[in-house]
Amino acid sequence: MLRFLIRRLLGAALILLVISAATFLLFFAVTPDPALLSCGKACTPETLTAIRHNLGVDSPVPVQYWHFLAGLVAGRDFGSGQHCPAPCLGYSFVNQQPVLQTLLNRLPATLSVAFGAGALVLTMGVGLGLIAALRRGKPIDKASMGIALVGASFQIYFFGIIARYLLVDQLGWLPRPDYTSPTSNPLQWAGGMILPWVTLAVVNAATYARFTRSTMLESLSEEYVRAVRAKGLSTKAVYLKHAFRGAMTPVLTMFGIDMGMFLGGALITETTFNIPGIGRLAVDSVAAQDLPMMMGTVLVASTAMVLASIAVDACYALIDPRVRAS
Amino acid sequence: MTDTFLSVSDLGVRFRTEDGPVQAVDGLSFTLRRGRTLAIVGESGSGKSVTSLAVLGLHDPARTTLTGSVTLDGQELLGAGEATLRGLRGSRMAMVFQDALTALSPYYTVGEQIAESFRRHTGANRREAKARAVELLGRVGIPSPARRAEDYPHQFSGGMRQRAMIACALVCDPELLIADEPTTALDVTVQAQILDLLGDLQREFGTAIILITHDLGVVAGNAHDALVMYAGRCVEQGSVEEVLTAPQHPYTSGLMSSVPRLTGDVDVPLTPVRGNPPSLLGGLPPGCAFRPRCDHARDRCGEDLPQLTGAGGRHAACHFPLVAHENTPEDTVGPTDQLESTR
Repeated sequence: MLRFLIRRLLGAALILLVISAATFLLFFAVTPDPALLSCGKACTPETLTAIRHNLGVDSPVPVQYWHFLAGLVAGRDFGSGQHCPAPCLGYSFVNQQPVLQTLLNRLPATLSVAFGAGALVLTMGVGLGLIAALRRGKPIDKASMGIALVGASFQIYFFGIIARYLLVDQLGWLPRPDYTSPTSNPLQWAGGMILPWVTLAVVNAATYARFTRSTMLESLSEEYVRAVRAKGLSTKAVYLKHAFRGAMTPVLTMFGIDMGMFLGGALITETTFNIPGIGRLAVDSVAAQDLPMMMGTVLVASTAMVLASIAVDACYALIDPRVRAS
Repeated sequence: MTDTFLSVSDLGVRFRTEDGPVQAVDGLSFTLRRGRTLAIVGESGSGKSVTSLAVLGLHDPARTTLTGSVTLDGQELLGAGEATLRGLRGSRMAMVFQDALTALSPYYTVGEQIAESFRRHTGANRREAKARAVELLGRVGIPSPARRAEDYPHQFSGGMRQRAMIACALVCDPELLIADEPTTALDVTVQAQILDLLGDLQREFGTAIILITHDLGVVAGNAHDALVMYAGRCVEQGSVEEVLTAPQHPYTSGLMSSVPRLTGDVDVPLTPVRGNPPSLLGGLPPGCAFRPRCDHARDRCGEDLPQLTGAGGRHAACHFPLVAHENTPEDTVGPTDQLESTR
C-alpha cells in the first residue's frame, strides 16, 4: 500500500508539472505582455519596464516558469522588493494579494459545496438506483428512473434559479443561499448551503441512479449472488452485502471524477448562488488575465482531480481483494 | 413415514421470455430416498438445471410459473412462502454449483462464505461459525484449513475452490444436496476426487444427492438411479445399471454411443447423436420431441406424445423401445449392435 501511494504521488507530481507548464505557455500565447494591462493610460516605456520587473515578467517565458517552480519550493523575491516565502504562488497582477492566501480563503466555501453535494449525490443517486434495481420493472422502478431523467435534464443555473425563486423568495422555506464560515456559525452555514447542495445533487444524482441501477442488475445476475440465495440468506444480505459490493466499484469511479471536479470549484453553482469559491476565482482571474491567480486555481483543480483518482484506486483495493493482490 | 425424502411429481416449469413462453420442464416426476444418488442426465437446455432451481425455489418468480408438486420430507415446497424456503435452503437442502470461480463471491474470504450460511441457520456467533468453517474445510480435504479459511477464492486452485464450495453447501449438514455439474469445470483427476468426496459424505451422513450431469461416465460410478431428460421431459429412468447397460430410449442409447470407451474395439468410430435439441420456444411440435434425430422414428412418433411406461421405477417414453427392436430384421444397425460396440 505504501509503495502504491508513493508511486501514485510521484505520478501526480509529474501530471501537475505538465499541467502548470501548459497553462503557463497558453497564457503567454494569449497575453504576450501582461504588464500592458496594469500600465494604464499614461504609459511610458519606463513605467512599463518597471512594472515588468515588479511582476517578474521581464525574462523569457521558460525562465519565468522556472522562477515559478523555484518559488514553490524555495520562495521567491520579486522586483518590487517583496519576499514571498515558500510555497510561493506569487501575487495577483490585479490586486497584489498573495495567491496562496486568496486560495486558502476561498477553499472552505468550495470544500463545503463539494463534500456536502458529494454526500447528497451519492445517497440520493445510489439510493434511487438501488430501489429501482430491486423493484425492477415495477412502478417504483419506472417512477424513480423517470424522476432521475427529469433531474438530469435540468441545468444547474435553471433549476437553481427556479428553486431559489420558489423556495426562498416566494415560500420562504429555505434561507437565502450564502456562504458563512462553518466555524463561526454552523447553523447559518448549513442553511445557506442547502440550496446549492440540493441543486448540485438533483442535477447529478440522476446519472448515479441510472448507473447504480444497471451495475446492480448486472451484479444480481452473477452466479455467486444466486449461490448466496441458495444458502438461504435474507434478501437484505443478498442484495446489500453481496450484490451491492460488486456493483460499487464502477459507481465509485464516477464519484471520484465528480468529486475531483467539485473540489476544483463548482463554477456554475458558485456563480448561481453567489458563493465565493475557487471556481469563481478561476473565472475571474482568467477574465482579468491574472496569471499568478490563474495558475493557483488551475493547480488546485488539477490537484483535486489527481488526489480523487488516487483515493478511488485505494477504495478499489479496499473493496476487491483481487486488486490488492496485483 | 415413507422412505421417500424428496418427491417431485408432474413438475412443470414455464418461463415468460421476450420471445414468448418456454416450457422448460414438463411433467417431470421422480422420488429420492436418503442416502441415494439420482443422476439427472441430458444435454444443455434439457431442463436439468431448471429442475434443480425449481426445487430450491431459486427461479425468478416474476417470469416463471411452476406447476405440479415438490415435497421435501413431506413438506410441499411449490407455493411455499419465501421465508419458509429461505429457512430450508442452505440448511436442509443445499446446492453445489458448476463453476466455483463464479459461484463464490470474489469479495469475501472462503471461511467467511462458509460461515455465513452456518450463522444464518444456527444462530451461531462469529467465532463458532468460523471454527465450523475451518472444520468443514478440513473435512473436504483442504490442507491447513485454518490458514486457508482466510484466503479469497482467487487464491485457491480450481479443485480446491470446488471443495470449498462443497464445504459451503455442507456446513449445515443438509439432507438433500443438489450438485449441478459439480465436476465439469475440473481436471479429470480432480473430478474423481470431488466425486469420491461426495460419495464419502453421503455414506457418512446419509445425504440424498441429485447429481446433474451430461457426462455418462460420471453417472456410471457415482449414482444409484438415473433419469434422462430431453427437451424438458423425462425420456427414461431406472437404476443406473439398467439405464446404462440396457437403454430403452434411442436418445439414451445415442448418448451412450457418443461416449468414447477405452475397452473393446478402439477403431469403432464414435457415433454422436445427429442434429440438435429442439428449441423450446413457442412449444414443441406434436409427437415425440426426439423424433427428428431418431433413427427408429416411424409415423406414429410424429403424432402421439409417447408416455412414460414401465414398472418398478424403470420407465421409458418411447413408442418403440429398443428391447422391442431386437428382433426387427429391417434394422441393419440394430441398437443392440450399437450397445455391443460401446461396451
